[in-house]
Amino acid sequence: MSAVIDTHGHAHDHHGGYGGVMRWITTTNHKDIGTLYLWFSFIMFMVGGVMALAIRLELFSPGIQFFNPDLFNQFTTMHGLIMVFGAIMPAFVGFANWQIPMMIGAPDMAFARLNNWSFWLLPFAASLLVISFFTPGGAPGVGWTLYAPLTVQMGVGMDLTIFAVHLLGMSSILGSINIITTILNMRAPGMNLMRMPLFCWTWLITAYLLVAAMPVLAGAVTMSLTDRHFGTSFFNAAGGGDPVLYQHIFWFFGHPEVYIIALPAFGVVSQVIPAFSRKPLFGYASMVYATSAIAILSFIVWAHHMYTVGMPVQGQLFFMYATTLIAIPTGVKVFNWVATMWQGSLTFETPMLFAIGFLFLFTLGGFTGLVLSLVPIDIQLHDTYYVVAHFHYVMVAGALFAAFAGIYFWLPKWTGRMYDETLGKWHFWLTMIFFNITFFVQHFLGLAGMPRRIPDYPLMFESWNKVSSIGAFGFGLAQLLFLYVVLKAIRSGAKAPERPWEGADSLEWTHLPTPVPYHTFETPPVLK
Amino acid sequence: MANELLAGRRERDNRRLFTRLSVVAVAMFGFGFALVPFYDQICRALGINSLVERGEIAANSQVDRTRLVSIEFDANAHGMPWRFQPAVRHMEVHPGELVQVEYEVANVRGAPVTGQAVVSYGPALAGRYFRKLECFCFTQQTLAAGESRRMPVSFVVDASLPGDINTITLSYTFFEVAGLGGKS
Repeated sequence: MSAVIDTHGHAHDHHGGYGGVMRWITTTNHKDIGTLYLWFSFIMFMVGGVMALAIRLELFSPGIQFFNPDLFNQFTTMHGLIMVFGAIMPAFVGFANWQIPMMIGAPDMAFARLNNWSFWLLPFAASLLVISFFTPGGAPGVGWTLYAPLTVQMGVGMDLTIFAVHLLGMSSILGSINIITTILNMRAPGMNLMRMPLFCWTWLITAYLLVAAMPVLAGAVTMSLTDRHFGTSFFNAAGGGDPVLYQHIFWFFGHPEVYIIALPAFGVVSQVIPAFSRKPLFGYASMVYATSAIAILSFIVWAHHMYTVGMPVQGQLFFMYATTLIAIPTGVKVFNWVATMWQGSLTFETPMLFAIGFLFLFTLGGFTGLVLSLVPIDIQLHDTYYVVAHFHYVMVAGALFAAFAGIYFWLPKWTGRMYDETLGKWHFWLTMIFFNITFFVQHFLGLAGMPRRIPDYPLMFESWNKVSSIGAFGFGLAQLLFLYVVLKAIRSGAKAPERPWEGADSLEWTHLPTPVPYHTFETPPVLK
Repeated sequence: MANELLAGRRERDNRRLFTRLSVVAVAMFGFGFALVPFYDQICRALGINSLVERGEIAANSQVDRTRLVSIEFDANAHGMPWRFQPAVRHMEVHPGELVQVEYEVANVRGAPVTGQAVVSYGPALAGRYFRKLECFCFTQQTLAAGESRRMPVSFVVDASLPGDINTITLSYTFFEVAGLGGKS
């Protein structure tokens, strides 16, 4: 590796053979690829966010104002797909790329070139999703779950979406294999598994979930594809297939997917909370076991998404009990975070604010999840806005808040510059307040019976929908402030001190200078 | 030297793990497909797939078995080159019972002909109780030169048919639709 040779005075020689755009296209450096993942996910966050605002614009008043119902359905579908696969998942893969090698004392990811390919599949997948809007018949309007039999009836846009899911799946699987191999084989001497920062543990388990669950989704959409074009009848009832079978296969992927999104968020929060409590993470081993327990349980609870398909009551009972069981390891984690803060010398910088916001709101989302796990209640609330409120509490206030916490936490380390603390706090409070204005009221709408994925609603739902739409626009604007804060930090932020957070004690803080050099731990660190 | 040896071993370990994990991913792709016969078998074994069991299909409870009404079928082609007759000329039905009968029609002209059937009932009062679910008289019929066809009529005689009506004559008359002979 020529890059080992240190040639001072040339600013770009350490960036490999190319400059400009080619540097980013050909890069195999885990930090570069982490940056690419994070920017890609932010762009997708904006694209999906615009669709969310279009949805809330239409729902501001009853009746059909701006978009025909078909386009509305396309927005709800693409908003879901883009946010899940384009924004949240790549964001955490971005964190994994940046952090895992530094946290375990490895020079880079195990398969550096594969890592480059895993990322560069994503823009093509995202383009397919966006292009589908401009095909005859538009993007699929079937909901992000891509349920049969609707998928069999859609136009060309559906095929593009299926190929996009294939690419996204391939990217995730390759990325996961890379992460597992890095964590298992590339740790510095002395960094045994139970000494790893919890972020690495949550990603190790998430990567296993991805390798096991993602191919099942690829199989499900492949079956839809052959049903559409090659005359098979997996889900086509006219040919003896069963649309409910699709739901079983989809949710066998879909529920682990929920934890694929949540576990890395748990990992980030488990780094941030101890750092700002100036105490080690409470119950580290129990955190590891709880994470594993959640991962294993996630494979046996899938049918709680489909209580209303006409399942035998024994099936409903099994899935109800298994689902409520997940509350136990999740509760262990929540109590461990609270216990970490207990008697700590707390300070409330922006990362900590987001982590605490996560703790409050994710727990609330967990509670509504517990409500929905109960069959008699779920049958009432199935496909209402209560469900929409629930999963936005765990996806936005859970995963997204954790991602913000992570960005504010590690940005000084990555760039060597501090973000503007005042503006960061503004970003947090605006996000927190507008998030709740948007989504808390959706609980009321759901309890009153407003169905999801419908562009129109009866007059009685008008007031809460107006509140929710106003909140959504506020939330969207607050994220432009986030972009400004990050850009300002990168361009003209104050120089970060060598240890920006004195409570943070994983390897990247204790063994590496700030900002981190382009290549780190080419000789493994010495661990006491 | 030692370092290079270590790097080589690590490379080998990495490749081995990559292969294993790829096999897991491919196997899980296959597992998705294996779920198809698996669900089929388990639902068959436990009998949980069909919400409506065979033999449980609802029977018509609105049939008045105490009464029989005589239906006579009549057919005329008004100045048309069509041979038009009912397959059955007479039948006895229970009020409320769904009945299907057929009419036969044949075009004896050497060119296509379009006709429209007009229905009439005897007595006329019975028309109100005679509910047709499917009838060739709902649309125009076009027969090619020399074509013959069997056309269904499905009907239910309403159970509220007045007690003094014991016979209903169902009469169809076909009229040629002028000007459409050669078209459509």
